[in-house]
Amino acid sequence: MEIKLKNKTKAALSTIAIALFLILIYAADNGMFSGSSWRMFITVIEKGAIFALVAASMNLLNGFTGLFSLGQAGFMLMGAYSYAIFTIPAASHDTVYQYFDGGIIKWSIVEILENKMGIAGHYLGIFLPMIFAGLLVAGVAYLIAIPVLRLKSDYLAIATLGFAEILRAFFQWNTLGPVTNGSNVLRKYTTYESAIFPVIIAGICIAIIFLLINSTYGRAFKAIRDDEIAAEAMGINLFKHKSMSFVISSFFAGISGALLAMFQTTISATPFTTQMTYEILLIVVIGGIGSISGSVIGAFLFTASAEWWLRGLDSGRWLGISSGIMRPGFRKVVFAILIMMIVLFYARGIMGDKEFSWDRFVNWWRSRPGAIKAWPDKLKANSEARKKARTAKAVAKAKAKEDKADSEKKKSSGIPLFTPLPMSDEVIIFDKEGN
Amino acid sequence: MNLFNTWLPYILAGIAVGGQYALIAIGYTMVYGILRLINFAHGDIFMWSGLIMVYLITVLPLWLSVIVVVVFAILLGTTIERVAYRPLRSAPRMSIMISAIGVSYLLQNFALYITGGLTKTYPAIRFLQKTVAIGSATTKMVTIITPFLTILLVFLLVMLIKHTKIGMAMRAVSRDFETSSLMGIDINRVITVTFVIGCALAAIGSVLYFSNYTGINPMSGAMPGLKAFVAAVFGGIGSVPGAVLGAFVIGIAENIIKGTGWTTFSDAFTFVLLIIILMIKPTGLFGEKDIDKV
Repeated sequence: MEIKLKNKTKAALSTIAIALFLILIYAADNGMFSGSSWRMFITVIEKGAIFALVAASMNLLNGFTGLFSLGQAGFMLMGAYSYAIFTIPAASHDTVYQYFDGGIIKWSIVEILENKMGIAGHYLGIFLPMIFAGLLVAGVAYLIAIPVLRLKSDYLAIATLGFAEILRAFFQWNTLGPVTNGSNVLRKYTTYESAIFPVIIAGICIAIIFLLINSTYGRAFKAIRDDEIAAEAMGINLFKHKSMSFVISSFFAGISGALLAMFQTTISATPFTTQMTYEILLIVVIGGIGSISGSVIGAFLFTASAEWWLRGLDSGRWLGISSGIMRPGFRKVVFAILIMMIVLFYARGIMGDKEFSWDRFVNWWRSRPGAIKAWPDKLKANSEARKKARTAKAVAKAKAKEDKADSEKKKSSGIPLFTPLPMSDEVIIFDKEGN
Repeated sequence: MNLFNTWLPYILAGIAVGGQYALIAIGYTMVYGILRLINFAHGDIFMWSGLIMVYLITVLPLWLSVIVVVVFAILLGTTIERVAYRPLRSAPRMSIMISAIGVSYLLQNFALYITGGLTKTYPAIRFLQKTVAIGSATTKMVTIITPFLTILLVFLLVMLIKHTKIGMAMRAVSRDFETSSLMGIDINRVITVTFVIGCALAAIGSVLYFSNYTGINPMSGAMPGLKAFVAAVFGGIGSVPGAVLGAFVIGIAENIIKGTGWTTFSDAFTFVLLIIILMIKPTGLFGEKDIDKV
């Protein structure tokens, strides 16, 4: 029996879930629970939230607009740099930019606002550069979109990948050193203090993406994904909507880049490689292409397994098993194999293209005991079906062999295998279609 | 003359690198021509051939290890095709591309595990490392050999495609996948042969490429792979001579850029070139016009 919850109940459930989640994070972050697991939990939550945001932004592009873009790491890199550059405290400039005479920018937005407005200025000083980072990335993305969006699927993928590489080279360029610190790391910039911050920012951004997808624009995106020509015939301006999706996606990638910069406390251009884009793409695939809530779940699962659950595989002991093959790097191999399994056998991902809803969740939860009870029967039925298929195959094989032997016998005894068709002098010519 | 002397070493290096890219690019262009798939794992097959060489040279003589490397690359490539691409043949194009990316991720991470993330020293093949003087420039033997070997191999390949039955089948499949299977061409066999040729050439390319550089690490396949793909696009995807020409153009241009002191942007140039080509002539130099059917 399907259960349908009332809208009020759903809203209440959502509020309670979000509140509980935030309280849990707040408690864990402020050391109310002790133990390394909780510290790990906080790391996973922070990093997971950041990757959830960038995965959702990639999903907006790949899953909802059907543009296979692989530039996300480049946009994150740009967001990270544009945040970090403007928030390094004036006193630290000489140590950070030690090879470039303290750099060109000698001030920090955070400090300027803090002096004027006190503690509110401090938070505004973090918030404004973050938004600025997003806007800057969006502006660059708009410029990139003009040439790139004329390309079709795989060419688009390669071109965006290429632009990400160009951005990476650009930020490592020594001539820009006074601003970007060349290929040296940027550090000592202002970061957030509480793990709640990235969670809330990422949450708001994901909610905006979600609302966008359910708006008329979102429907236009989906129409473009499903059939470009039909969408154009319906009066959707292809370039406008594609570039809009591209720019919005890049904006959020930039914000998540800024958050990542804050999370890592140091930033350099080297780790923002194509492999990072691949990881984001794989998060989207695990969650389900075309499901924002899937991307969020995927991001948390991905970070939790990469940073926490599978960590033992690197150090030689995992779930009580210890083995010589578990040395550094093994975790990523296992991980990559798991991902390949998902890609090959479970291509829909966790959520498919459906979003999370309390109705589905409750029904799934209720149907769970039944499913577990029905499991042995299902296994049995499966194995029986397999057995049946196997016997049928064997029978068919035996029959084919018999037939072959029969025809061989007939051939050797001179009996014709088939009677020739009567000849006809009428030749039928099929008309070409459309003539 | 003076100008020529300054630029000669860069042009020579460019031609050599171009030949090595060409050997990789052929694998991309042939697979794309037939499956319409960017084989993201191709660059990693190339990297793995290099890695295997590092390990083989310690136990086997040189000539044997080169052969084993080629065989290994072929096995790896065909296995990937069999396991990761064939089951998805009727799936949407995006899934098979994601599968290719997944394979690339797996190969890179496995290499990371095997090497422990360290850069391995590529064995010095004495014959290829010999110094040769051309005019005022001195260079390694491999620089001289690469273009000739590349052109020889490409010539053989073009002969194979033009004058043998399997070559004809390849052309048919790349023209129209479905019709050719209705005509009785064994599609799977054609695709396997394509992967065999592509991977063998990539393995040979890896021997030449890594002889020029001393180190090899799990990421050293990614960039040459992408560049080779751009070369394939430049020449018109599906066209073997086009890919070779594109590879030489990219190799030479890249080294000239390095010579002018813009080394940071030598990689970026490749992608600028890609975007320019796709804007001006999306089908590449020798590509055939592809009409989208509604």
